[in-house]
Amino acid sequence: MVDSAITVSNLSKSYRIQVTGERVDRITSAVINRLRHPLTRTHFEDFDALKDLSFEIPWGEAVGIVGRNGAGKSTLLKLLTRITAPTGGIIDLGGRVGSLLEVGTGFSGELTGRENIYQNGALLGMNRKEIKRRFDEIVDFSGVEKFLDVPVKRYSSGMYVRLAFAVAAHLDTEILAIDEVLAVGDAEFQRKSLAKMREVARDGRTVLYVSHQMNTVTALCTSAMFLDKGTLGYYGTVDGAIAKYRDTFEKFQVEQKDAAARPGTGQLRLTRVAVTEQTQEPAEDKVIEFDVGANPEMVGKYFVSAHITDVNGSVVVQCDSRLTGGWFDPTEDQSGVLRIQNLWLRPGRYTIDMFVCQAGILDAWEGADVIEVVEHSPYPDLTTDEALSHGMVLADFHYEER
Amino acid sequence: MSRTIITPPGRLNMPDWREVWAAREIFFRFGQKEILLRYRQTAVGVAWVFIQPLVSAGVFTIVFGGIAQLPSGDVPYFIFAFAGQLGWNLFNNIVGRASSSLVANQALVSKVFFPRIIVPLSGLISILLDFVIGFGLFVVLLFVFQINPGWPILLLPFWVLLTIFLAMGIGLAASAWMVKYRDVAYFLPWFMQVLMYASPIAYSMEAVEERGLTWLFNLNPITWLMEGFRWTLLGQSAPEAWQVIALIVAAAVSSVVGLLIFQNTERQFADVI
Repeated sequence: MVDSAITVSNLSKSYRIQVTGERVDRITSAVINRLRHPLTRTHFEDFDALKDLSFEIPWGEAVGIVGRNGAGKSTLLKLLTRITAPTGGIIDLGGRVGSLLEVGTGFSGELTGRENIYQNGALLGMNRKEIKRRFDEIVDFSGVEKFLDVPVKRYSSGMYVRLAFAVAAHLDTEILAIDEVLAVGDAEFQRKSLAKMREVARDGRTVLYVSHQMNTVTALCTSAMFLDKGTLGYYGTVDGAIAKYRDTFEKFQVEQKDAAARPGTGQLRLTRVAVTEQTQEPAEDKVIEFDVGANPEMVGKYFVSAHITDVNGSVVVQCDSRLTGGWFDPTEDQSGVLRIQNLWLRPGRYTIDMFVCQAGILDAWEGADVIEVVEHSPYPDLTTDEALSHGMVLADFHYEER
Repeated sequence: MSRTIITPPGRLNMPDWREVWAAREIFFRFGQKEILLRYRQTAVGVAWVFIQPLVSAGVFTIVFGGIAQLPSGDVPYFIFAFAGQLGWNLFNNIVGRASSSLVANQALVSKVFFPRIIVPLSGLISILLDFVIGFGLFVVLLFVFQINPGWPILLLPFWVLLTIFLAMGIGLAASAWMVKYRDVAYFLPWFMQVLMYASPIAYSMEAVEERGLTWLFNLNPITWLMEGFRWTLLGQSAPEAWQVIALIVAAAVSSVVGLLIFQNTERQFADVI
């Protein structure tokens, strides 16, 4: 008899991918295929989303799960929450698992807030008594009491998220799985949610948390695992896992330097993309230099586009050269510079993605370079952090009398 | 605190009834939701429950009783057709609702875990409510036409139960197939419509006998069911013993096979839906 929250041994999950032809989702096409090729067996290729994972999570841990897109984080969570069945291996859960996988799953737009609390609570494994007991707490936490009898389809997205999180956060399950929910909601609500989750872990229950936001992982989790292409790359301290994760980011960037490995038709390739100042303050101009090789056989001019992407993968700004009349001649080598003025980025790490396009994408270089914006207020006066806690970007503003 | 062990799925799975019981709250919530939502944002609301069966029974009366001059035994054609409708609608609605339930609840099925079988089962609540309302209307009609069905009316729950088992088996299997092949969504309504006209619902077995097709109709479980419903509701001739036994067997086989098909693919739903 083990007494861990979660014990996983040799867990694997593979999806079958049909290699020949498109996916068959009609009986007629399944039959026709069979008639046409009576002897060939349908050829499947297994895609291993998770390979031979083994680990043990003790009670009272808040475990962060980090990894690049497609590393198997969500698959692991889906297996642990029993949404999908494993292909091999055993999962031993020490209690009920509650999940908050995607905000608002289990909400029906037509139902009112009150009805949805009951329905969602039931879906997450609570019985009527439990929900009744917790009802006021849930409403209190979400702050939507005024709209309880309004169908949730009329809610703002913020209210929707808050209510959904409130229901899940008040689950009494022994294990709570959370997939990237804190990305939504305002800063105040995020703080409240983090505090709530820490409280859950302190009660001796176990929290699993998948996120791209390293700061919330650091803030919430007591340990972390790093998944790399379906295998367990690291399981231990939060810092250790994040360090591993950062390493692969750099590896990805190195790989992208090889033009042949990048997506796009390859008729033209970027040879260099560089930010002149990698470390800078929020209000400084962003200057990006780029070189594109020549292709004498190409006809017509092309344009370029640069994206600045934040750590969560959201594109903060797109600078398309067509907007400013920037067209380039493909028969000659081109060297250009992109100067972005008056873009005040919040402190953090940003990547530059650069695209060369004509009718289609000729070259797509993701993570071509990095801008590290240091913690520094561009505003003349200092005040509490609260004054800077909201918003995606900073702005050059001032108040005047009129 | 009980531990849960998750392993790869085997070949024959029965649902974990303890788990299903623990999740009964979902069953009631889903049922309640369906009832609540059906008539929200409608103009005449609950009146639909009355309008639909009355109008279809009226049309059947005109077409089959009036134009085709088919016999309806010793009762007026209208109430005869209404009784047939009552039984058929129960069967048809269960099959229809259950079969499309998984695909309709795609978002849930691929995001949250709970015993999947609750999804098709939960449609029963609103369907049974419709049936009860329809039956209430029927009782009024009994008084209007001054018909006394006699003691067989006490057997109504028995026929309802058989209908549920027979229809739910088909609905479960169809819902599992529909997850993989959406053709089922096109095939099934068409099939049900054909089945309705191929079964003695809008017309009587008497009319069938006149044309010497009894043996063909006797192969159809719906015929057995309709004979049962008409006997119970209108006090017409009782179904033959073999029909009752065959119906019980068919209902048992249908529900068990349907359940097995459903459970066999249950754990892949999230991957293929």
